[in-house]
Amino acid sequence: MTGYLAKRLLWLIPVIFIVAGLTFILMHNAPGGPWDRDLNARQVDPTAQKLLNEYYGLNKPLVNQFTSYLIGGTNTTTHKWVCGLICGNMGPSYRIRGMSVQQYLFKPPTNRNFFYSKFGYSIRLAFLALGIAILVGLPMGVISALKQNTWIDYINLFVATVGISVPNFVIAIFLIIIFASTLHWVSIVPTSWDELNVWILPGLVLGFGVLARTARLSRATMLEVMRMDYVRTARAKGLTERVVVVRHMIQNAMIPVVTFLGPALAGLITGSFIIETMFGFPGMGRAYVTAISQRDYSMIMGTTLIYAVLVAIANLSVDFVYVLLDPRIKLTE
Amino acid sequence: MEEQATSTTPAANVASLNEISTPRRDLLADAWYRLTKNKGAVAGMIVIALFILVAIFADKISPHNPLQLNSGFDYLPPFWVKENAAGHAGNPNFIFGTDTLGRDVLSRTLYGARVSMVVGIFPTAIILLVGTFIGLYSGYKGGWIDNLLMRFTDVVYAFPDLLFFIIVMISLRDTVIGKMLNGLFLLFLALAIVNWVGVARIVRGQVLSLREKEFVEAARAIGASNRRIMFKHILPNSLGPIIITAATTVPGMIITEAILGYLGLGLRPSTNPQDFFLTSWGALLLDGQTAINTQPWALLFPAICVSLVVLAFTFLGDGLRDALDPRLQGTQ
Repeated sequence: MTGYLAKRLLWLIPVIFIVAGLTFILMHNAPGGPWDRDLNARQVDPTAQKLLNEYYGLNKPLVNQFTSYLIGGTNTTTHKWVCGLICGNMGPSYRIRGMSVQQYLFKPPTNRNFFYSKFGYSIRLAFLALGIAILVGLPMGVISALKQNTWIDYINLFVATVGISVPNFVIAIFLIIIFASTLHWVSIVPTSWDELNVWILPGLVLGFGVLARTARLSRATMLEVMRMDYVRTARAKGLTERVVVVRHMIQNAMIPVVTFLGPALAGLITGSFIIETMFGFPGMGRAYVTAISQRDYSMIMGTTLIYAVLVAIANLSVDFVYVLLDPRIKLTE
Repeated sequence: MEEQATSTTPAANVASLNEISTPRRDLLADAWYRLTKNKGAVAGMIVIALFILVAIFADKISPHNPLQLNSGFDYLPPFWVKENAAGHAGNPNFIFGTDTLGRDVLSRTLYGARVSMVVGIFPTAIILLVGTFIGLYSGYKGGWIDNLLMRFTDVVYAFPDLLFFIIVMISLRDTVIGKMLNGLFLLFLALAIVNWVGVARIVRGQVLSLREKEFVEAARAIGASNRRIMFKHILPNSLGPIIITAATTVPGMIITEAILGYLGLGLRPSTNPQDFFLTSWGALLLDGQTAINTQPWALLFPAICVSLVVLAFTFLGDGLRDALDPRLQGTQ
């Protein structure tokens, strides 16, 4: 089994390489370059553009650019060898002067801890969304199963179906219209993200899909578990209904839910860019969308790679969690 | 026969029990029967049919020209709003209000149905064709093509879909391909490249289990050719999962189009009245987004339409799954 997992881990390397290569090729085909301003602003003049291109090595052949990005190369001005992606260096941002991509994404503002960096903000939002999803979705599923085919079950199922099929930014629009425009409970683009109440709406919206999936999954597994022999045995032993439900049903029904949380978390981190842009959230997702419109090549490369690695790790984590939870499962090819 | 059926002797009664009295149905007719018994699926089909009609006849049923700028009527809220933040009142002529340029939101939304319907159906047809063929071949023959498929799948699964679409749309938008059909063609291509793998994998899995079955062995024993076994024996038996996959990919495609449109990367809204595809729901959401604080109404109608269509396809997909594979009922 360790062999299998090691193989899966090693397979990560070519995957990252291919993702990086594909992104790199496609990005350099993109019309416009990092020095273009928007149409109204004054453009950077050609000589300055040439110097900038030389400084960042953008005048070199594509293959050289790619290898120096991945492995490293000599700096054009200082002539010192700089290590590339393999050391975690994602290169300088073309737009935010004097900052490398990893600094921009991972470095918090002064006097703040890591969780106030762009990445930290996104992580916090993702965990908040996951927390909301579990705390609401799991009870929804369990209650639905215990009261199968009653009105409460139908309402839960309907909410879950909506959450699974309707994309979260559309749900965000509905919630904004209800809570911000009509009821005036929250403002849509808050000035400060230090207060908790402004996090609730983006967190809920982001987590809604996972919430719905958790509810449906836990309902389905609960219904399955409820018919198991060991549940009947537990009742026959004379255990109280509460103990039967909590200890025998819910604990076993949790297994598929737990295995689904890894990819769900990755989905929350990577899927947040629209929600972040919508709510003006200072996270990595919004940095990604901004980088796209500004053609900040190195920033796009960096964020795409981080996203790809997160997704790959999350998918891999499912295998680990399976083995931990269910000793009967043996992983072989 | 006639005499036997009408006679009342006990022996004839027993004999009539051996005859199948209901008309025989093949597998698909059976599935169709189960599907029509599923309320959610039927409702889904009705909604989809309605939106297809809207898409086809958008030019006939729109109350206004979707491109016409109604000066003096810009930025109207829907008709039920008495007074919005800017002091405008709704106008019953423009049921769902107007956008920043004074174009009728209802008419634009009706035209937007065209894009969503086409995006839902056309790439799905491509991926079904390509995916089924490659899945069949790689499952049946194995070898290098199978290995290649599996490795390609790994890469596709590793690349977050949406990021791939975004990068493709940005980088190829201004090329010749990117300009075809106002950018829709490139979107079809990108959607197809990512999604055919799912179909191919499903078909491959089906083939791997079916090719060991007795009926395939029997076919081989009487000397059927590989092609005959593939298309006459294995393909019809894996149709169920193929149809289910198709039904479940459609809403994903529609959502992707809406997201890309919302990021300004989908269909380019056209101002040429000759164009068939004028605007999409995603693009309408992007338009509405600019005034989300004061005028969220412009977002409401396209958002409802996206939700309705996606929900309809989801219900139909669930219904199809239950109908084609009753063993799976209620597992998801």
